[in-house]
Formats: sequence, C-alpha cells, structure tokens
Amino acid sequence: MLELNGIRKSFGKIEVLHGVDLEVRAGEVHALLGENGAGKSTLMKILCGIIQPSEGTIRIEGTERHFADYDQAIAAGIGIVFQEFSLIPYLDAVENMFLAREMRGPLGMLDRKAMRKRAAEIMRQLAVDVALDVPVHRLSVAEQQFVEIAKALSLDARILVLDEPTATLTPSEVEHLFKVMRELRRQGVAIIFISHHLEEIFEICDRITVLRDGEFVGSCAVSEVDNDRLVEMMVGRRIENNFPPKPAAAPAAPLAVEVEEVQLKKGGPVSRFALRKGEILGFAGLVGSGRTETVLAMLGAYPAQRCKVKVDGVEKRFRGPDEGLAHGIGLLPESRKEQGLITSFSILQNVSLNNYGKYRKNHWFIDLKKELAATETAMAQVRVKAQGPHARVDTLSGGNQQKVVIARWLNHDMQVLIFDEPTRGIDVGAKAEIYALMRAFTEKGGAIIMISSELPEVIGMSDRVCVFRSGGIVATVEGAEINSETIMTHATTGRVEHVA
Amino acid sequence: MSHDANTGSAGKTGGFSLGRLLHSPLALPLIGLIVVSILMGLASDNFFSLNNIMNVLRQVSVVGILAVGMTFVILTGGIDLSVGAVMALVGTLSAGLMVNMGLPAPVALLTGLLIGLGIGLANGVLVAWGRMPAIIVTLATMGMARGLGLIYSGGYPISGIPGWISWFGVGRVGVVPVPVIIMVLIYALAWVLLQRTAFGRHVYALGGNETAARLSGVKTQRVKLAVYGISGLTSALAAVILTGRLMSGQPNAGQGFELDAIAAVVLGGTAISGGRGLILGTLIGAVLLGILNNGLNLMGINPYLQDVIKGAIILLAIYIGREWR
Repeated sequence: MLELNGIRKSFGKIEVLHGVDLEVRAGEVHALLGENGAGKSTLMKILCGIIQPSEGTIRIEGTERHFADYDQAIAAGIGIVFQEFSLIPYLDAVENMFLAREMRGPLGMLDRKAMRKRAAEIMRQLAVDVALDVPVHRLSVAEQQFVEIAKALSLDARILVLDEPTATLTPSEVEHLFKVMRELRRQGVAIIFISHHLEEIFEICDRITVLRDGEFVGSCAVSEVDNDRLVEMMVGRRIENNFPPKPAAAPAAPLAVEVEEVQLKKGGPVSRFALRKGEILGFAGLVGSGRTETVLAMLGAYPAQRCKVKVDGVEKRFRGPDEGLAHGIGLLPESRKEQGLITSFSILQNVSLNNYGKYRKNHWFIDLKKELAATETAMAQVRVKAQGPHARVDTLSGGNQQKVVIARWLNHDMQVLIFDEPTRGIDVGAKAEIYALMRAFTEKGGAIIMISSELPEVIGMSDRVCVFRSGGIVATVEGAEINSETIMTHATTGRVEHVA
Repeated sequence: MSHDANTGSAGKTGGFSLGRLLHSPLALPLIGLIVVSILMGLASDNFFSLNNIMNVLRQVSVVGILAVGMTFVILTGGIDLSVGAVMALVGTLSAGLMVNMGLPAPVALLTGLLIGLGIGLANGVLVAWGRMPAIIVTLATMGMARGLGLIYSGGYPISGIPGWISWFGVGRVGVVPVPVIIMVLIYALAWVLLQRTAFGRHVYALGGNETAARLSGVKTQRVKLAVYGISGLTSALAAVILTGRLMSGQPNAGQGFELDAIAAVVLGGTAISGGRGLILGTLIGAVLLGILNNGLNLMGINPYLQDVIKGAIILLAIYIGREWR
C-alpha cells in the first residue's frame, strides 16, 4: 500500500532523518514508535507533503509519488489527524468536514443538505454518533477526533495517520477510538498510529516500526516483541525500573498544606485533602474529573465556589499563582508550551522568570552575573541538555523543556510543587530523570501533588493517591491499596456527594 | 547572538561580528535607515547637513517619545490608540491651568504629566482588571480624551503661556535641540527598564506567553497596568515638547500620531503580537519615518502623494521583515 524508502531529511547542515524505511499494508494498524525527537513527526510531515525529503522515495501502491504540498498528499489518499486539532471551534462538524470544499447547489449557494447527508454517512461508516449541528468546541475531545477522522475519510483517505490520538482521551474514549480503528482496518484502510502508550500498541496494532535518533531501528509484527523489547528498541538500552524507591511511610510528618474544603461548581461535590511534608500525593482520575481545576482553585487561578486552604496551619486565601509563589507553592502546568514556558525566551530567561527577587543589584536592577550563575547551577541540578543557558527553549526536546520548568521552581525555596502531568509527551529516558528529581525534592522535605493520567506513574510514584471523579475526590488510598484495579474502580464508579 | 536578539536581553556580550549584526532584529531597521538616508542624500544636497539632521531629529522627537510608551504596550501584546489624543488633552489642560487658572507653569506642567499618567493607568485598569481588549479600551479613551480637550478649550488653541516653555520645544544645548536630548534620555531610561529590570523581562514574558507568565507567578495585571501607565506618561512628556514648540495648548494636535507611533514601533522590528522587539529598534523606526517626511518635503513632493509613498514603504518594510525571520 505505502512504501517509504531511504528517507533522509536535512535542515541546513543537520540531518535529522538518516535513511528511514516504512512499509504499511492495506488493512493494518501500523505503530510508529520512538522517543521524542526520534523523527516520527518529521517523517509524517514528509509523508503529508508538508516538508520535502532530501533523499528517498515515497511509493503508493507501487507508484512513486512526489508531494509538493499537503493538498497533493490528500489527493493521493493520505489523511492525517494532528496532535493539535485543526478544527474551527465555532463551526459545526459538517461545516468543518467540508471546509474549503463546500458542496454547492444551483446559484453557488451552499448545499447544506447534501453535505449533512454525506457527513452522516461517514459517521455511520465509523459507527459513531456525533452531534452534527453543534459547534465542535462543545464536543468532547474524543468526538472532535472523530470529526477529524471523518474529515479525512470524506477526502477518500486510504492511508490515515493518527498522531498521538489517545494522549487526551479517557480510557472509555480510547476504547471507542479503537473500535473505530478496527472498523476502518476491516474496510482496508492503512492506519499509521503514533502513541507513547505501549499497552495500546499491543492492544490495537498489527506491526510496528521503530525509529531512534532519526535512524531506522526495525520493523516487525507486534506478536514478535514484548514490552521490554519494545522499550529497548526505542531507547537502545534496557530501563529496568523507571521509578525511584518510595521512602518508608511517615504518617506523623507535619502537614504542608491542608485544603479543608473545595467546591468547584455550585451544587458540585465538596472535597478535602491534606498534603504532608515529604510525600508525593497522586491525583488520579479520568480527564475532566476536576483534578487540574482543584489545584488551580487552591492557588486562586480557578473561580471555585468554595475553597479553604491552610498553609502550615494558617488559613490563606490566594488570589493568584503569584501569591502561591510567595507562600512557597509552585505549579508546573500540564501543557508546557501553552502554560509553562515562554517559548521565545532562552532557558536563562525562563528559569529566571519568577526568580528576580533573588538576584538584584542596587534594588532595582537584575544582577546579570548572579542570574547566569544561578541558572547554570539550576540547569546542572536538573541536567538540562542544551547548548547553554542562552539556547531558546523551543529548540529543546519535551523532556528538556520540562526540566527547564522544574529548574525554575527548584531555583526557589519551594515547600510545595504541583506537577500536572509531569511526563506527558516525554520519552522514557527523560521520564526516569524527572521522577528522580521529584523524589529528591521530597527527600529534602518538600511536598508534591502529582496529577497524572498515566496509572503506572500514579502507582509508581505516589505515597498516597486521591482519586477524582465528576469534580470531587471519591477516595484516598495508600499502601497496598495503590494498585490499578482499586484506583480505576474508584475513578469509574466512585460515588460523589453533591452538596448544595 | 540570536538568543539575545530575539527577546532583546543583552545577557552576554560577545564580540562584534557581521553575522551577529545580521541576525539581530535591529539589522533590518538599520539597513532600511541607511538605504533611505543614502537615497535622500542623493536626492537633496541639503540632506546631510548638520543643520538638517538636527532638524529631522527635532521633528522626530514627539512621535519618537510617543513610540516609547507604545513599544512597552505592544511588547506585552497590547496596543494604545489613545496616545495622540492624550497628548493633545494634556497640552491643552496644562496651558489652560497656566493661562486660565493662573497656576505657576512648573506646577501646571507637572499636573499635566500626572493627568497623562492617570489616563494611562485608567487604560491599564480597564485592560487588566476589566478584561477588555486593549484596542477597544484605548479607542474609547482616545475619543474621550479628544472630546474633553475640545470641550475644555472650546476648540480653540490656548496661548499666552510663559515664554521659557518654548525651551522644551525649540531650545538648544550647543547644536543639539532640547527635545532631542529629552527623547534620548527617555529612550535610555526605557532601555534600562526593559533590559535591566525584572519588570522589563516580565513585559517580554507577557507578550511571549501570558498564561505561562501568570501561572509561574508573574503579577501580570500589574505589569499591564504599568505599561499603559508608561504610555500615558510618555504621551504627556511629548505634550510638553509640543506645547513648547507651538507655544500654546492645541486641542486638535496629534491627530493620527498614534498611527505614526505604531508604525515606528513596527518598522523598528517589534512584533505586533508582542514578546519580541527592542527599544532601540523603535528609535530607528521613528528616525526612519522622520527622514522620509523630511526627505520627501525637501524633494518638494505633493503632500498627498507623500502619504501614499510612506504607506507603501511601511508595507514593503514589514513584508521584507516577515521574510527575514
């Protein structure tokens, strides 16, 4: 069906793909694996005509093809669903699907009926039920993804690329997506599936291709490999245990923060939790269960109905993250690009961003020497791999970007750090380093709230776990109770009490 | 190096090199300035005379000072349309305080500065805490400031102010006009603020990614308040120079100056979306605009046609700048 051979790509003098092969058959789900920066995205951009290869050939059903742009790739039957969706939020599903190639009736007016009928047909083909008449921003993330897939199919895509489609989905939505993928596979569509979740690879994929640092590592059937072997192919070395050992439980440790009550919405559940010094408190739950909102409410960055916070036993009411910072509480948000980093800034400037109180000269001015020295120390502490403190953060990999955000907060004397999805989109090697940094922080008496949608991470890292459901905490578990069955049971069936 | 250049922080001082200069965001404005200067020099013998150069700089000073405040605002991702109208209002009120109310001139001028600062802060409060788009807020305050100046003066210039105030507009120290000295001092101060203080970094951070800045503990609302306050203050400072030059408070002065100020900022290489740009670029942009005005006048080109030419040059400059990055 699709054959990429010896693809090379250079940007300037730097070659990022060193002769990559990819062969995808009709009616198979083909996993494209590799750490961040391995070249997956570049390869997919080449397939879609967004960038052109320096060398190598693309064949579709045996015929060599050259795509000068995305439109030509679409015409050749390639469809891609990007990690960041390209839907227009205020248009409905039908309008989005036919954007820029609207069907027209007599007099050049839009033929809304015909478009709606075609859209409904495709949704039926996908066996999904998505509201076609509401603006897509009111649909769930999964439904938006189905609209994207439907859009690709409406263009007669025979080769469909799904770039980390499950990253923001809940488990049941993932199941639904897999059902759709299986249906498409049955219809003979070739699917290229990119995911960081290895268990998903084993569940849905037929064959895999692994890239590492722009090199082609190998292709094989999923049945020929196991988890360890896959990780080894990806990182080139075996990583035995990602998670640093948990310290012995110290229930007598004093409380760092106590949230006596938090109610996100009027009429919603009221939760309470406490964070002890030296512990990692996991916040588990499905996407949209109110974990992020709860920590934002704590810092005054989300308009909660009620929120009572005690720091070191003293009641506080924060009006924003700046006041949290003043009391030693820092947030590392879930989206580094949108919420964590100033991407046009250098590492130095990003680390310094909220640190200027520390290096002042004559009260008003920045002490540039101290700033540089402190940044270099912080970078060394978290082991950022970069050309130097002046490198722009948007040139760094996801893992190194996250380390920059961590460095920013470690540079402070923080008591509490809130990690929201600390390792999302980060490769295996960097993950282990970030886990070690988190443990090092708590060993020095710091406390961490870790929001995570990855169960192994919650289980491997947390000393205690608060499980969220429908906007509130439904259970707090510790010790041997921290296992996937217990947590998933609470997260999917736990009862919340609604309080007026 | 590009890292300094992109956000304008001079964190490290490397050696001078052509490559370094070419990658600086100042490169393009500088090249534009040089090219336009040479063209003007070829077209008019008089252009490169010391007298004419000083004359150009003096003419640039008012818009140049307005553009300082505008740079702060645009760097945060905002815009301030009220600068021209605020300048006119401050000039009119200061003159009125001296002439009609009999206040001592220094007190009246100082009051004017405070009024400018106050209007700027009001813009800042409306944008930061009122959560309204800057373009709408300042469009409204622009109209209000213009209207209030006309109401106060009845639409007529207020003259009869003490003669020494003309020193601010047309005075000289040696060969250098006083307004040029004032302008350079304001630019120097702005450079220090932007490059050497935490506030300056926060201005860039806001334009680069406001959410990230807020979540990491930057007091984003206060930064916004401050940049609009600065813009109001520089408008009032420009008013002092204008009052000195015209020797009166002119309620109709400065029409369209906000657009010239924006043009100077953008010609100077500052991104209209914020986060990137240098105050020195704005100075170059303002001088470039001034040279165009001066040169086209010296060539005796029809004033209506001059506007067309200036517009075309701005478009061309922005287009090249877009390709440059």
